[in-house]
This record gives sequence, structure tokens and C-alpha cells, in this order.
Amino acid sequence: MTDTVDVTGVTKSYGKVPAVTDVTCSLKEGETIALVGHNGAGKTTLIKLMLGLIRPDSGTVRVLGEDPAAGQFAARRRLGYLPENVSFNMALTGRETLSFYARLKRVPLDTVGALLERVGLAGADDRRVGTYSKGMRQRLGLAQALLGRPRVLLLDEPTTGLDPALRRSFYEIVAELRADGATVLLSSHALTELEGKADRVVIVNRGAKIADGTIEELRQIAKLPTRIRVRLADCEAGTVDDWIGRTGAWKRVNGHVLEIDAEPSEKISLLRSAASSDAPVVDLDVAPPTLDELYAHFLGAEEAPQ
Amino acid sequence: MMNILIVARKEIQEGLRNRWVLATTLLLAALALTLTFLGSAPTGNVGAGALDVVIVSLSSLTIFLVPLIALLISHDAIVGEMERGTMLLLLSYPIGRWQVIMGKFIGHLAILSFATLLGYGAAAASMAATGVPIDTASWTAFASMILSSILLGAVFIAIGYLVSALVAERGTAGGIAIGVWLVCVLIYDMALLGVLVIDQGRTIGGGLLSALLLANPTDAYRLLNLGSESVGALSGMGGVADNAALGPSALIAALLAWTLAPLAAAAMVFARREL
Repeated sequence: MTDTVDVTGVTKSYGKVPAVTDVTCSLKEGETIALVGHNGAGKTTLIKLMLGLIRPDSGTVRVLGEDPAAGQFAARRRLGYLPENVSFNMALTGRETLSFYARLKRVPLDTVGALLERVGLAGADDRRVGTYSKGMRQRLGLAQALLGRPRVLLLDEPTTGLDPALRRSFYEIVAELRADGATVLLSSHALTELEGKADRVVIVNRGAKIADGTIEELRQIAKLPTRIRVRLADCEAGTVDDWIGRTGAWKRVNGHVLEIDAEPSEKISLLRSAASSDAPVVDLDVAPPTLDELYAHFLGAEEAPQ
Repeated sequence: MMNILIVARKEIQEGLRNRWVLATTLLLAALALTLTFLGSAPTGNVGAGALDVVIVSLSSLTIFLVPLIALLISHDAIVGEMERGTMLLLLSYPIGRWQVIMGKFIGHLAILSFATLLGYGAAAASMAATGVPIDTASWTAFASMILSSILLGAVFIAIGYLVSALVAERGTAGGIAIGVWLVCVLIYDMALLGVLVIDQGRTIGGGLLSALLLANPTDAYRLLNLGSESVGALSGMGGVADNAALGPSALIAALLAWTLAPLAAAAMVFARREL
């Protein structure tokens, strides 16, 4: 797989306010990447740098082999962008709006109708954009990003304002694009929503990249404990230590329920002992760390040294 | 070039849809027709061609109205799109920033030209239809009046873009646009007149007067249309025009310069702007 987007050592500040500090990352073709961070963490700035809308103070950005800010437009024809809070001119209809963008990208106009249908706007194409709901505008935004079979898609908080059904059809479209070999960058401020949708997660905080890898890799790096919750038949607290084989690392939720935070290395042995015949356990739940906990861990690790 | 035309087409489409074209055309036509029929009544039969009288009244109308309309259309062009967020998306497309400005300029100028041609044309057509004799010289003067009105519109569209590219908020752009209009249309002439009266011709000679008149695009337009031949005698501008010693070509060149310089400056400022 070849790199479609390369960001190397990029720093950008607005006046004295640093927006992005020394970020290096590369996106490959056929890959779906989640760019996760708080509001104001630098996600939008990174996307604008990849679009060439702003120039880095230092470092280089290459998109499809070109410097996007250099004023050469060959790469931009194969690039789709959905801005956060997308907006359109209210006076034109959905079809007119999409046709305008299609002309700019030199995409044949007869594809516009099919694209409107694909995002579920076929019935509303001759209505003014001013009459559209937020979700419909977001869909029109997605439609313009999909014009001309883009190789790189930069979607800035694409699912805000979409209801769950639309959200699902949105991720179906993303999956089709991935299958087609396109690079899809999804930015979000919540990691949970992106579980199973992204091949790789890049977490940014205060303009710096603090984590980069698959969700599995991030779990391994973070070494977050798995929470094991057991329901005891009828047991005194003192004897719990005997079968668990360690002391103190459990807490009693109520008379019968215990909660144990198990490190990844000891998880299996703990489960074995809890499942053994001499343990007075009637029920057992295993909860791996959630993505929100994982995210909070990386943010916390970043904050700690400061 | 293709991109410029695509943007221009969209501007015209928007202008038609949000009734800008209709409103300006109707406004100009209504005022032009009113001036034509009311304005010609008191002159009676004085030897001046009827169309020449109309040229004088329509030129005065243009000086007030066309810059105002042009600034209204243009002051929002860049800062407004940035505030609404549409500029961000547009600039992510394979289009240069100067192409965006040029496309908008052509689109807006087309809207203004259409309104001026139709509005003022209605006045001339109605005169011809009512059987008023009009000689060729008057027709030529009328045509050049319309063309220079469009050129004056182009000047203020370009100035509006420069304002729009410079400021951070739409409200500021609107305020500055009104200020530009006031200065160019009203205050500058009053101040110039005051200075000329006080000076009594001691230090301000013909050369300096010419320069001062060229420094304001509305004065260049005024001289171009009101300063020559029979129209000049009618409007009372003939004396000023003779003193200033400015030919039509110099005046047209001044108007063109007043269009191109702000337009180039707007493109330069916009190119450096961070989104």
C-alpha cells in the first residue's frame, strides 16, 4: 500500500496560539483513519493543512504526491472534503449546488443525479437548500465530497447532526469507499462511535499527536485493566483472597458482588481461578476497557508530565 | 478561465434566484422612466436634444445609485462567504483564489450591466416610441453614458471586494462600504468645492484640479458624461471640464485604473488571508 497523505514534522500557529506542533503521520490508500481529539485539539487545522488551505510554519505536507498549498490542482480533483458545519448558498437547489461543484471538479453532470440518490436526497433535489434540515445539508455535503471518485476523503466530524439510521448509511458509504481503495480520514471528538469503523486511530491533543495505531495496538500500549465482576454464592470477604491468589486488588460492590481490575498479563489466570470448581462464583462478567477509557488514558498520560 | 466562468454563472444564478437582478432592474427602470418624463417637461423647447436632457438626469441618478448598488452586491462577497462557511468548501476545490474573485466580478458585473442596460434602455426606448426626434450624436452620447455607468459600477464592485477581503466581519464591511459611498458621492465634491472657493485659483491650477477630479471615480464619471458638448452646456459642468482639461480617454483610463487597482489589491489580500 502506498501513502496518499504524508505529513512530516508540521507545525502551525495562528499568531501566538500554537494549533499544531510537530505532527508526523501518513495515511495509506484503502485505509480508514480516525482522527480523534477534543474540540480545539488541532484536528481541523490538520485537515486544512492537508487541503492546502493554510500553509505550515515548518514541515511538509504531501497529498497524492503534491504540495497541496502550491497552487497545483491536479491532486484536488481526486480529493473530497466535508467541512465541519458544512453550509451552502441557501438560494440554490440541491441539484444546482451539486452541479456547481461537479463543474469545478470537471465531473460529468449526469453523475449528479445518481449521487443525490446515493445519499438519499433524490426526492429533495429541486428544493432550495435553505429549506433543508441539518441532516439533509450534511448529506448534501457528503454528496459533494464524493464527487468524482475521490482517492482521499477528509471528513471533519461527518456524523454530527445525523440520526442513527443516517449514521449507519453514512458508514456503509465509507465502507464502500474503503473497499474501492480510497483513503478516508474521519475526525471525531468521541472514539466510541468509531469502534469497528476505523483501521487506525490517531489521537491528537493540544496540537500534538499522542497516539497512533490500531485500536488493538492502543489497548496493548495503554495496558488498561480489564474489569472482572463476579457474583459470589455466599462468601466471607476474608476467604476471597484465598482463591483469587492476590490481596487487596478487589472491591466489594455489595454483599455478593466483587469487582476486580485485572492487568492484561494476569487476566487469564484470574479467570481460571474464578472459574475453578472450588471458587464460590455463580456469575461472571468481563468488561474490556471501553474506548472512552482508552481515550481518557492517552489524554491523561499526556497531561500528567506537565 | 473555465473556473472563472463557472463561478460567474453561479453568481448570476444566485442573483436571479434571490431577486437581486429583478430588484435592481426595476429600481433603475422606474427611476429612469420617471426622470425621463418628468424631467423633460420643464425644458420645453430649448434647442437641446430631448435625449441630452435625459442623459444629464440619468447620469446624476447613476452617480448616486450605481455605486450604492455595486457596493451592496460586492461588500459581502468574500467576508460573507467566509462567515457562512461556504468559502472554506469552495477553496478546497481545484480553483485559485484569484479565479474566485474574477468569477464573482464577472458575475456581479453582468448582473449590474443587465439592470443598467434594461433600466436605462427602457427610458430611451420609451422616448423613441413616443416619437421624440433624436439625432445620432445624442444616441452615441446615450450609449456611452450607459457604458460608462457600467464602468462606474465595475469600479465600486472592485472597491467593495477590497473592503470585503480586508475586514474580519460582515458588519464592518457594510459600514466601510457606506463610508466609501458617502465620501465618493457626497463629501469629496463638497470638500473640493469648498477648497476651490477658499483658494480662489491662487494655488490650485488646472493640473492639480485634474488630478483631484481623477482621484474620485464618481467625478471622472461626471466629467465624462456631463462635461462635453451640448450636454456640458446643459449641466453646467462644461466650465469645470474646460478648466480641468481632461479628455474622454484620460477619464476612461482613470475609471479603468480605479477598477483594476482595487481588484488586484483584493486578489492579493485574499490570497494571503488565512481561513
